[in-house]
Amino acid sequence: MRKKIVALVAGLLFGLGLGISQMIDRERVLGFLDVTNNWDPTLAFVMGGAVFVTSISFRWVLKRPHPILDQTFYLPTRRDIDLTLLVGAGLFGIGWGIAGYCPGPAITATVLGVANPFIFLTAMVVGSWVCRLTKPSSNHLSDVTVDSPIK
Amino acid sequence: MPGSWIAGFMGGVLIGLSAMLLLVFNGRIAGISGMVNGALTFAKCEQWRWWFLGGLLGGGVLYEYALAPQPTPSATFAPWSMVLGGFLVGVGTRMGNGCTSGHGVCGLGRLSGRSLAAVITFMVTAVLTVFVTRHILFA
Repeated sequence: MRKKIVALVAGLLFGLGLGISQMIDRERVLGFLDVTNNWDPTLAFVMGGAVFVTSISFRWVLKRPHPILDQTFYLPTRRDIDLTLLVGAGLFGIGWGIAGYCPGPAITATVLGVANPFIFLTAMVVGSWVCRLTKPSSNHLSDVTVDSPIK
Repeated sequence: MPGSWIAGFMGGVLIGLSAMLLLVFNGRIAGISGMVNGALTFAKCEQWRWWFLGGLLGGGVLYEYALAPQPTPSATFAPWSMVLGGFLVGVGTRMGNGCTSGHGVCGLGRLSGRSLAAVITFMVTAVLTVFVTRHILFA
């Protein structure tokens, strides 16, 4: 139960951060990606603020023998840069550039009460599902989505 | 304009703190695409993911209906961009094992070379895509 409360609080902070930074406005994201026309650098500040916190705190957190509420850290184990990773990231970028949404902002933007994020998320789940069906041996269990515990 | 940069940085710090909390207490990486894929397995051990996703919505409600200085613009209806973009994001995040949060916020924070390669790749293809759609196809 305590882990669920932590997940809820972490989700709240994440959603709040996406709202305050206005990354739930897809025009702001597209304004960042459109580098040749009246560039909007806000997204770089958002990513900068987030990585500023994680790059300092993760180093300290991962020195612990284990997390406060669990026996182990669940971290990606792979280190190789393979073609699947690069093609996947490339396709993700194309979709991100077309829609102006990535998964987090799309979920939080559903509270705005417009259709776009709902359509996006439905298509996203279908895409993920199709990819999993066509590539059942996909390495999705060995990376960011993973659950394989690491020491 | 710089006002929105400061708001962006503060929002980013909250996102970073969220990722830190999840790691230090639960030992988990705050990657949203993986969160969704894991939640949709409906496995009992993955229930915590629904709580995080619920928090994402709660944070949005808290911002938009209690804190926002003005409503977030959301007028442009773009169904085909959503269908095509959403589908590619679904395929790409499953193949590449992560999105802006997993590879960006958390992966860069862990100094992961794999995540850095993913971030550079999706930033480049996203910028190229916007250039092509905005200035060539629909100029």
